[in-house]
Amino acid sequence: MNIIPEKNYLTYPKGLKSWLFTLDHKRIGLMYLFAIMFFFLVGGIFALMIRLELFHPGQDFVSADTYNQLFTLHGAIMIFLFIIPSIPASLGNLILPLMLGAKDVAFPRLNLASWYIYVFGAMFAVYSMIAGAADTGWTFYTPYSIETNTAVISLTTGAFILGFSSIFTGLNFLVTIHKLRAPGMTWFKMPLFVWGLYATSIIQVVATPVLGITLLLLILERVAGIGIFNPALGGDPVLFQHFFWFYSHPAVYIMILPGMAIISELISVHSHKKIFGYKVIAYSSLAIAFISFLVWGHHMFVSGQSELAGMIFSFLTFFVGVPSGIKVFNWVATLYKGAVRFTTPMLYTFAFLILFTIGGLTGIFLGALSVDIHLHDTYFVVAHFHYTMMGGTVIAFFAGLHHWWPKIWGRMYNERIAKITAVLVFIGFNLTFIPQFIMGSHGMPRRYFDYLPQYQGMHELSTYGAYLLGTAFVIMAIYLIHSIFKGKPAGNNPWGGLTLEWQTTSPPDPHNFHEVPVWTHGPYDFDTIKVEPDLEKELETA
Amino acid sequence: MENAGSFWLPKAASSYAADVDGLFYFILYASVVFFVLVVFGLIYFSIRYRKRGKTELTPGISHNTKLEVTWTVIPTLLIMVVFVWGFRGYMKMRVVPKDAIEIRVTAQKWFWSFDYQEGVNSVGDLVVPAGKPIKLLISSRDVIHSLFVPDFRLKMDAVPNRYTIAWFQADDLGEHQLFCTEYCGTEHSKMLGKVRVLSQGDYENWINENSQLGKGLTLEEFGQQVYENKGCMTCHSIDGTAKIGPTFKGVFGHEVKLANGETVLADENYIRESILEPQAKVVAGFQPVMPPYQGILRPEEVDALIAFIKSLKE
Repeated sequence: MNIIPEKNYLTYPKGLKSWLFTLDHKRIGLMYLFAIMFFFLVGGIFALMIRLELFHPGQDFVSADTYNQLFTLHGAIMIFLFIIPSIPASLGNLILPLMLGAKDVAFPRLNLASWYIYVFGAMFAVYSMIAGAADTGWTFYTPYSIETNTAVISLTTGAFILGFSSIFTGLNFLVTIHKLRAPGMTWFKMPLFVWGLYATSIIQVVATPVLGITLLLLILERVAGIGIFNPALGGDPVLFQHFFWFYSHPAVYIMILPGMAIISELISVHSHKKIFGYKVIAYSSLAIAFISFLVWGHHMFVSGQSELAGMIFSFLTFFVGVPSGIKVFNWVATLYKGAVRFTTPMLYTFAFLILFTIGGLTGIFLGALSVDIHLHDTYFVVAHFHYTMMGGTVIAFFAGLHHWWPKIWGRMYNERIAKITAVLVFIGFNLTFIPQFIMGSHGMPRRYFDYLPQYQGMHELSTYGAYLLGTAFVIMAIYLIHSIFKGKPAGNNPWGGLTLEWQTTSPPDPHNFHEVPVWTHGPYDFDTIKVEPDLEKELETA
Repeated sequence: MENAGSFWLPKAASSYAADVDGLFYFILYASVVFFVLVVFGLIYFSIRYRKRGKTELTPGISHNTKLEVTWTVIPTLLIMVVFVWGFRGYMKMRVVPKDAIEIRVTAQKWFWSFDYQEGVNSVGDLVVPAGKPIKLLISSRDVIHSLFVPDFRLKMDAVPNRYTIAWFQADDLGEHQLFCTEYCGTEHSKMLGKVRVLSQGDYENWINENSQLGKGLTLEEFGQQVYENKGCMTCHSIDGTAKIGPTFKGVFGHEVKLANGETVLADENYIRESILEPQAKVVAGFQPVMPPYQGILRPEEVDALIAFIKSLKE
């Protein structure tokens, strides 16, 4: 019978103050988890409002201006307040030090500071919603963002502040991974989740300052009219796009690399099979991180950028695709001769593989210069990035959440309901975004409040899908919250994983381990070590 | 040359559209092959090797060099084909034929304006002759816009303080939808237009008709034509409803309350100023978003428009 230890990080020490001033990476991770889930809810509600308005052409629910604010807030909240911090700051904080066999991250105080900075930045974003929300799109393109009279400054200030939170988390993880690995854990014996977070952290630290500078210049342009982006003052509005994408393209890898990292972990654990091509997966994360800095111009093929630049950016773009493709092959090959379990995390992993493959393959259409000219700024692009960001990162985040949930709370959710929900998420997601590919390649432009009648059928399907997806997430919230209080004790190692977080109790001790763990095997040595999952033991005894 | 369109793509109506579509379908079919491979592998392996019975050790297959080289080299080669094909197609779009007819495209919130070498101006409709290459010299008067004609596979941003260039040649007569695809504010989704491809004879007639403005029309009829063709109707109604801007109905001869608290009489000079320099006197309750029409409308068009507004009594 699995039991929950009386003294664990959730119960000790007690009191609100012990949470607000905690230096424990697990508590900070949990506080991040609550914060980002709140904003996922807010961003999701905005998405459903957008889909409701688009159900039929013409105005039937909100005005054009409100619609423009809705898609701006949906994008800005989902990107800056949800996806970017999602995996690193919540699951990364919770699990990374455990995986390394460490007591905490390298700089616990900085870790807490980054949570407060996140909340501080989020307050600006919330203020912006109340004070006449920005209507620029999350990309803040100049000169529109200079002349609109909506609350651009508070939203960009929020994003500017959130950047510091991101940098601090990245910096903390880099030092933690370098310095706090358990004895015996050499670089190529690290779990792949750690490799993924390492590559992510490099981008966070190197790229985010550029966003900060860019947003600061935009704010100065609005406040003081410095004339760097404003064409009326001799500035260059396209320069803003270069600056913006110099951060924001690497940022999509800040979003997807941790997702890939989770999938590498889960596909091996839930098939009890050594990961295929460990080193290739580890190196490809670093390769992606590096090349991601050199492809920003592929967002600007129709901006008036020179043909030579277009050619170079197109060429480099394809090279960022190759390592991603190789990873997909590695994940599928891992299943060969494994012992595959159809657990909830595994179902999300399968969903990731299918959706991310579609997201990646549709990226090839957009990397090809002549085809991109047609597809740029249409719903095809909208569908593509939702397949990578949501079908990729967000699905991977939920895979990881279901995988580590019993470690975090010590209790299991109802797996039957969770599996049905996973199927609903998969169907709802595809129903939402497959029609968007089709109307996009037929020319439906993005960010349109109103549209021509020829696109109505596809918009209707997409709206149905979005509401199915929304319903599935509500069910997920219910069974997850229910499990915190009523779930069955999950055991220390519910899935039979070999990495160090499964060797401590669930929930872990406030200090993680009673003695420094020694790392004597590889993270995926299912060929030499037999571990029976606690959940399966439970079934046998029952 | 022109086809009816398909499940994936709209009809292809420009000289280079077929090349774009060829690459689109090449990527599509190659992607389907890879997708089927991945999904088949996923389903087959996960069912064939699903966990049965007790937990056992599994084989420690860590890599397979031959397999990995294969699945790296084949996609890389395919992707290079896509890159070269895409670049060559792009160069076809970018290199403008020497004998192209040049049309100036001006974007502003929220309409497209086309200026022809013959001195003709058209708002909303881009009228071109079939079978002739057309060069578009594009710029914007305010924020960034983007000219998109799906049937032509044509798209180019309109940027303030800069000219961008695009070209196309449509061989068949017909009408094609034109969109703005760079987000530009409230009426972004209404910033539409049409490309009308006419025969050479019809095109020349159109040019002639439009270079003799208002011929055969009363001043008010001509004014209505200006109202409908020069973008006024996007924001100003003639039935009394307030859109982005105030309605034209019954405005003439009445007192108008301005945003700065003053009141003015809407006479000919007020209306003339409001057309040419809209920011000078902004009506209370409306945003100062109208672009100046100085240099867009000719004097006789302004006269006609004023006459038309005068005719719209309550």
